[in-house]
Amino acid sequence: MFFRLPFKWPFGRSRSGFRPPARGIEVSRGPSKFRMWLSRLPFKVPAGPPRSGFRPNARGVEMRDLSRELERFHWRLAVCAAGVVLLFFVLLLRFFYLQVIQHDYYMTLAEQNRISIVPVVPNRGLILDRNGVVLAHNYSAYTLEIAPKSAGPLDELLDQLSELVDIQPRDRKRFRKLLDERRELDSVPVRTRLTDEEVARFSVNRHRFPGVQINARLFRHYPNGEIASHVIGYIGRISEKEQTKLEERGVAANYRGADYIGKVGLEGRYEEDLHGVAGFEEVETDAGGRSVRTLRTTLPVSGNNLHLALDLRVQEIAERAFGKFRGALVAIEPSTGGVVAFVSRPGFDPNLFVEGIDSQNWDLLNNSPDKPLNNRSLQGVYPPGSTFKPFMALAGLELGKRTPDYTISDPGFFVLGGGGHVYRDWKKGGHGMVNLHRSLVISCDTYYYGLAQDLGIDNIHRFIGQFGLGRRTGIDIDGESTGLLPSQEWKMRRFKQKWFGGDTISVGIGQGYNLATPVQLAFATAILANRGIVYRPHLVRQIEDSQSGERRTIEAQPFNKFTISEENLQRVRNAMIDVNRPGGTASVAFSGAEYPVAGKTGTAQVVGMKAGEKYDEARTPERYRDHALYIAYAPAEAPKLALAILVENGGHGGSVAAPIARAVFDYVIMGKEPKPPKEAASPNEAAPAVHEDEHD
Amino acid sequence: MIDKIIGFFTRHLDPFLMIVVAALLGIGMVVLYSASGGNFSRVGGQLLNMGVAVSVMWVAANIPPQHLARLALPVYALGLALLVGVALFGEISNGARRWLNIGVTRIQPSEIMKIGVPLMLAWYFDRYEAILKLKDFAIGAIVLAVPVGFIAKQPDLGTSLLVSSAGFYVLFLAGLSWKIIVGLGAVIAGCLPVLWGMMHDYQRQRVLTMLDPSQDPLGSGYHTIQSTIAMGSGGLFGKGWLNGTQARLDFLPERTTDFVFAVYSEEFGLFGNLVLLVLFVLLIGRGLYISANASVLFSRLLAGAVTLTFFTYAFVNMGMVSGILPVVGVPLPLISYGGTSLVTLLFGLGILMSIHTHKRLVKG
Repeated sequence: MFFRLPFKWPFGRSRSGFRPPARGIEVSRGPSKFRMWLSRLPFKVPAGPPRSGFRPNARGVEMRDLSRELERFHWRLAVCAAGVVLLFFVLLLRFFYLQVIQHDYYMTLAEQNRISIVPVVPNRGLILDRNGVVLAHNYSAYTLEIAPKSAGPLDELLDQLSELVDIQPRDRKRFRKLLDERRELDSVPVRTRLTDEEVARFSVNRHRFPGVQINARLFRHYPNGEIASHVIGYIGRISEKEQTKLEERGVAANYRGADYIGKVGLEGRYEEDLHGVAGFEEVETDAGGRSVRTLRTTLPVSGNNLHLALDLRVQEIAERAFGKFRGALVAIEPSTGGVVAFVSRPGFDPNLFVEGIDSQNWDLLNNSPDKPLNNRSLQGVYPPGSTFKPFMALAGLELGKRTPDYTISDPGFFVLGGGGHVYRDWKKGGHGMVNLHRSLVISCDTYYYGLAQDLGIDNIHRFIGQFGLGRRTGIDIDGESTGLLPSQEWKMRRFKQKWFGGDTISVGIGQGYNLATPVQLAFATAILANRGIVYRPHLVRQIEDSQSGERRTIEAQPFNKFTISEENLQRVRNAMIDVNRPGGTASVAFSGAEYPVAGKTGTAQVVGMKAGEKYDEARTPERYRDHALYIAYAPAEAPKLALAILVENGGHGGSVAAPIARAVFDYVIMGKEPKPPKEAASPNEAAPAVHEDEHD
Repeated sequence: MIDKIIGFFTRHLDPFLMIVVAALLGIGMVVLYSASGGNFSRVGGQLLNMGVAVSVMWVAANIPPQHLARLALPVYALGLALLVGVALFGEISNGARRWLNIGVTRIQPSEIMKIGVPLMLAWYFDRYEAILKLKDFAIGAIVLAVPVGFIAKQPDLGTSLLVSSAGFYVLFLAGLSWKIIVGLGAVIAGCLPVLWGMMHDYQRQRVLTMLDPSQDPLGSGYHTIQSTIAMGSGGLFGKGWLNGTQARLDFLPERTTDFVFAVYSEEFGLFGNLVLLVLFVLLIGRGLYISANASVLFSRLLAGAVTLTFFTYAFVNMGMVSGILPVVGVPLPLISYGGTSLVTLLFGLGILMSIHTHKRLVKG
């Protein structure tokens, strides 16, 4: 034995079987020089494997050296054993790295795998009228939803589904649309509000449709349809833009899992209150996303309920009173600023918008010449016409430009300066002797031309501005128009032009640059009724906390207050009362009224008249007919309600707008229901016979 | 009498190996129960597999090595013929042509070659006293390469890897020159780009995602990511039996078969892994000991190759589950669910026992 293994072979030495010499012959080269050198070292160096299995035997015959061959094999085995140990050690290091060093990291990942946070959408707050009648609520219904990720080809799938569930082409269209604008939703609804029968049919076949499921979801519903639609507004699916806005405001988390957001009206304005606070469920889920069990639940907080100042019954009466006319009505409780009725005709069914309106209905609403989506009360700007006169009269008295006894002789026109421009009264030939009282009762224009000139535009602007004209009222719906109460400064800013004396004259009768929204007119009337104490108009009276049930009152305090002499107020009020008495412009509408009404009729021109041209209603196309206006408050001494009415192309305030006010007042003050509706008057029918006196 | 009967059954069984094997199979059952979500039919099925495999082991242990040597050529030839058959008439499943329908049942001929190739090579080197001749290694290389080529073509990366490593171990133990090994290594390294070009897409994908599993977290990287999460979250002592969330909640794919180690590791932690490694080391050590003490070259080579192949199984599987090796279809020996690999592995261990006990008998 020349070579020994460097260590004791652990497995002992086996006996090798002897075999005859092999065929191969190799000459031994003996120990190498390197080995010789190694052997001289003072310590033992492992010799390494034998290099050859052969060496010459004693007789010089080349033969196989079996023990050497065996040693060589053992050496190789030792190499393998070392390899085994080494590689297992590498594995162990890897295990150590994963399970000790990186343990926390992987633990987190495993938990994230296991636990998913499922948002629980809060119940949206209710909207109730002042008597607790529901205007907007939620109900639970089944929806058919598809998770596009786990479903197959969608068209085929929809075809198969339509055998079980009624799927209309517009459902498909909407589904496609939702699919495109899908935010982070996992599943997209195909059909909502499934019938029980459809649910049952699908449930039996559900195994055929992986990725399709039926979910119970809450839906918003507006039980009164068109009524008060412009007040309530509607909710709709959260658009990409709205999503971005939510993210910017940092409230996107509160909308996780939510599909809807308030778009317009109170639904839009009070979104924050109505939406509530999302809850969360920590759910243990398996790899397929199916929840195994709920680990922890944070309950959602329902949205707060809105209690409106609005009275649905009044609203209904008012809307019905419009018949087929387009127009607006805003009725305010002067002592609080609460909006009791807020009408914009025609309305629309807000339920159409909840699930995303289909294009057919959208076109119908959007392209209608009646513009049902326009909120006329809030956004429509109209010349206030003669409804401006009570405020002018008050300005004249308060600023000392007129005394109650000051009387003019009305020739039927007013001439500016010496032989300048001629301004006509609506009544050819004039009204004769007119003092302040009479000027309001018969609505004399000439009186106010002169008054306007005497006051000057800036006095008008300053004084009447106190009644909220020319400025947003701050009512609690978004999108309000500003209207316009002109001044010198305004004209310079707007047109870079000096104010001319002539500009002032037509402002005096509510024409010219004058523009107001119905809500502004109602606001101004309410301030007048409330003797200068200003409550900001508001639709929502109280917000009820969904948790505590506590109610927070909105706009409980006057917003502003200015003094008007009681005497002057009474003078104007008395004249406004006589407007609705025999001889006044609204006497027909209020004949037999059991309460005193202070009101003023008005007419707003839609198209300008050439000087000297006579307006002939019967010959004017409907859309160019004058708008009818009426403002009033009643009972005159202790007003419960102040309102402004505009009837588009209605013609005359006295004959068209005032009767609507009568119906509303009769109900609010006397509790009298309107007579069963007769065939509603249509603007297309022949215009009602008009007496000259009733013109304005 | 009873002694004789017991003696008949146990004469050729190696108690040391038997204990280790029993421990591993026991662990396998315990993990399988958890991995299958408490599915008794799965566990029962595996018990049946074990019964068959242990019988095969007993039979193998009772075949004297010299008889095995005589079987080498026919087994190899049969295996090769079947591989050709697979290539021509094989059934395709999961995009690979691996199975051959022989009327009664479907068989996977590549499995035969896991024993057939080392058997053949061991026999060849023993038969021709071939030790150092380059010619012999060349023939050996051909004997190895042909079936490996067929298997790789199926394609079955895992099995071709195991078969070629089994063959390589024989060549290595027979004394293949280091120069050739190093040279071959260099050639293979040089051929890698060529090999890359020849690889199937899914194989390339596996290699790519091995290098960076996060590249395709939901696709081919998913296996590795989930198994490392399972292991890592197991920590030192594991989450406890039946408490592995990764396994119980379906995140681990193939968790009863190739990825069963992740389940084990998640539930029993680093200490469990250590126990498993120790058992494997004991088994492999015993195998090498048997190999070292075998009386003839054939037995030595065969025992060494069988043992080292067993090691390769274990290393490749644990390596891929822990994310340091690409995902190839190699089960964890004696733990993973599946009859075929169990039979092959226990057949190999049976050969080890046969080699050991028959030598002892000769000795006695």
